[in-house]
Amino acid sequence: MSDGTKASPGVGVIGCVSLKEDDIESMEIEDKKRKNDEEEDILLVPEWKEKRKHIFILSSAGKPIYSRHGSEDKLVTLFGVMQALVSFVQDSQDTIHSIQAGNVTIAFLTKGPIILVSVSRTGESVNNMKLQLLYVYNQVVSVLTLTQLTRVFEQRGNFDLRRLLAGSERLIDHLLNFTETQPGFLLGAVKCLPMASSTRDVISQTIINSCSKIKNLVFAILIADNKLITVVKMKKYNLHPADLHIIFNMVNSSESFKPAESWTPICLPTFDASAYMHGHVSYLSEDCEACLLLLSIDRDMFFNLSEAKQTIVDKLRRNNSLEAINEALHRPSICASDLNIPNVWHFLYKYNSVSQFWGPKLEAPYVKKEEQERLLHLYEKLHSTVHKSGRTLKLVFQQLQTETMLGWVTSGFELYVTFDPLVTKKSAINAINKLLNWMKKEEDRLFILNTSNF
Amino acid sequence: MRTVEGKVVVLGSQGVGKTSLVVRYIGKMFSHHISPTIGASFFTCNINIDDTRVKLQVWDTAGQERFRSMVPMYYRNANAALLVFDITQYFTFNSIKKWVSELERNVDEPMVYCIVGNKTDLGTHRKVSREEAQQYANDIGGKYFESSALHDEGIEDVFVNTAMELISLSKDPLTRSLRIYDSVESTLRSPSLTHYDPNDSSSSEIDPAQNSKQCC
Repeated sequence: MSDGTKASPGVGVIGCVSLKEDDIESMEIEDKKRKNDEEEDILLVPEWKEKRKHIFILSSAGKPIYSRHGSEDKLVTLFGVMQALVSFVQDSQDTIHSIQAGNVTIAFLTKGPIILVSVSRTGESVNNMKLQLLYVYNQVVSVLTLTQLTRVFEQRGNFDLRRLLAGSERLIDHLLNFTETQPGFLLGAVKCLPMASSTRDVISQTIINSCSKIKNLVFAILIADNKLITVVKMKKYNLHPADLHIIFNMVNSSESFKPAESWTPICLPTFDASAYMHGHVSYLSEDCEACLLLLSIDRDMFFNLSEAKQTIVDKLRRNNSLEAINEALHRPSICASDLNIPNVWHFLYKYNSVSQFWGPKLEAPYVKKEEQERLLHLYEKLHSTVHKSGRTLKLVFQQLQTETMLGWVTSGFELYVTFDPLVTKKSAINAINKLLNWMKKEEDRLFILNTSNF
Repeated sequence: MRTVEGKVVVLGSQGVGKTSLVVRYIGKMFSHHISPTIGASFFTCNINIDDTRVKLQVWDTAGQERFRSMVPMYYRNANAALLVFDITQYFTFNSIKKWVSELERNVDEPMVYCIVGNKTDLGTHRKVSREEAQQYANDIGGKYFESSALHDEGIEDVFVNTAMELISLSKDPLTRSLRIYDSVESTLRSPSLTHYDPNDSSSSEIDPAQNSKQCC
C-alpha cells in the first residue's frame, strides 16, 4: 500500500533531521521521557491494546503529535500506518471517514496540516467520534492559532509540533475526559450556575459599569464549578458554546490561574481562529472561587483590566454578590427525584436560542462511574438517532432493556428523558408535560435568557 | 519612607520551577500540582530594607517555546531578571545564557541579574556545579543563588538580594525606568499594597521616565 503514497517519509526519519541548537532542548526532554518508558514494544502491551478508546494526532507528513495513551515515540510505526491510510484514499481524490473492524470503529478527521484519529470500542457513533476530534482540533488551534499551525508546516513539512504543544498535552487529556463525562459537548450547550435572575443581573451590571471605559474589551466571562455565571460581550459579537467549552477546559485544567493574575493568550477557534485574544484571568478572591476572564484584542491592556477586575470585586463584595455566588455554589444540586415526577430517572433540557442546557444531578441508578458513562452513551445514541442527517425526527421513544429513552426536538428546545424501562407511552407523555411545566417555572434561574452588552 | 518600585521578570526553561519559586515566596505555599503557566502571571510584593520600601512587580513568564515570542513584552523596561534553571538539567543552564544575551541586546538600562539554580532537593542528580554557575554569574556581573522551592530554602535570599540591588540601582544616574517616590504620598494614594494603579496620575508625575505602558 505504501508504494503509491506519501506514507514512508514520515515514518522512520526522526533521527536523521539535522540538529539545530534549539532542537537540543526538546531532544533532551524527549530523551528523558523515553528513558522513563518501558523498553518493550507498546503495541504488544495488553493494557495498551485493551484501552476502550485511543486518540491520536499526527501531522500530514506522519509525524506523531499526540497519543492519549502511551508515548508517541513508541508508536511511530502505527502513526505511519494511519498516515498511509489517509494519503492512500487522498490519492484517489477522496477522504477517509471511518473504518469498521469488528467491534472497533476508527474515525478520521483531516484538518489543515494535521490528522486526528479516534479508535473506539465503546460503540459510539462515527459522528460523535468526529465531534470529539473536532473539539481536540479546536483545542490545538486555541493553543497555537490556525495561522501559526499552518505556517510552521508550510515552512517545514516535517516539523515536530510537540515542541510548540509542550505543556498543552494536559489540555487535550483534560478535554477528552471532559467530552466523555459532560453532556454539554454532545448538546453544543453550556450549563449555567442556577441563581435568581435578579442576582445575576446585578453581577452583569457590575461588570458592565466597571468596564465601561475600557476599549477593545470583547468578552467578560464569569464561571465557577464548570458553570457559567454570566457573559458580558461587545454588542456585535457572540460567544459560541464551542469556544466557551475551550475556555472552561482551560480554566479547569490550569491550577496556575489560582495564585495570581494571569495574562494569557487564547485563541477562540469559532470566534477568530487566526489570532489570539489576550485574557486577564483571575479568581475573584480567596473566599470566592469564581474565575473571571476579561478578553481583549489589545495586548497592552493588562493593567487596565487588572484595575477593572479589582473594581469589579470590590463592587461585587459591597452589593453582596460574592456571597450570592458562594451560596449558589454550595446549594445542593437538584435531583430528578426532587421533582416528584413518576418514572423519570434523569433528563437533559437544551434551550436552543441561548445554547444552554440543564439536567438534574445524577442519582441512583447512576451512581457508579460506569453507570454514568453508560447513561451518557444512551443519550449520545438517542441524540444521533434524533439528529440523523437527512431526516431529523421530532420524537423518539425507545424501550430498552434497562431504561426507556425519549428524545423530543422542537424549534425552541430539545428534551432527552430517561425513564424506567416499563413506563407506558401514556405515562411518559404525562411526565413530560409535568417536566416542561417545571422547566418553564424554573427557566429564569437555570438559564441566562437576556444578553448583557458593554 | 522612600519607595523604589521595580519590574522583575522571571525567565527560564519550562519546568524549572519559576512559578513554584514565586508562589513559594509570595504565596507562602508549594503545590505539587502546579500546571504550566499559560502566557504570564503577575504578582506584587513589598520588601522593606532599612528605611526603604521596595515594591516588586513580578512577571512570571511561561517557559514553553510557543510563548517565546511574547517574552520581550515582559522584559522590556524590566529592572531585574530572575534567571531560573534546574540544577539537574544542564540544558536549562544553557538556556539561561541565551536569555542573558537576549537581555543584553534588548534592554538598554542597567539591569539586576539574579541567577537561580533551583531544585537543590534533587542534589544527588546535580548536573550543574555550583562553581560553574557562580563563575558564570560573576562573568555577567550578577549574583548566584541556589534554592529549593519544595523545601523552601534559599528563596528569601533571592528576593531580598534583588530588592537590595534595586535600591543601589536607584542611585545609578543611568536608571530611568525605576519608579522612585516618597511613600507618604503613595500610602495616601494606593492604600492597598497588592493593588498597583497605573493610572495614578500623581505618582507618574514623580516618575521621571513616564513609562506609561506598564506591561511592556
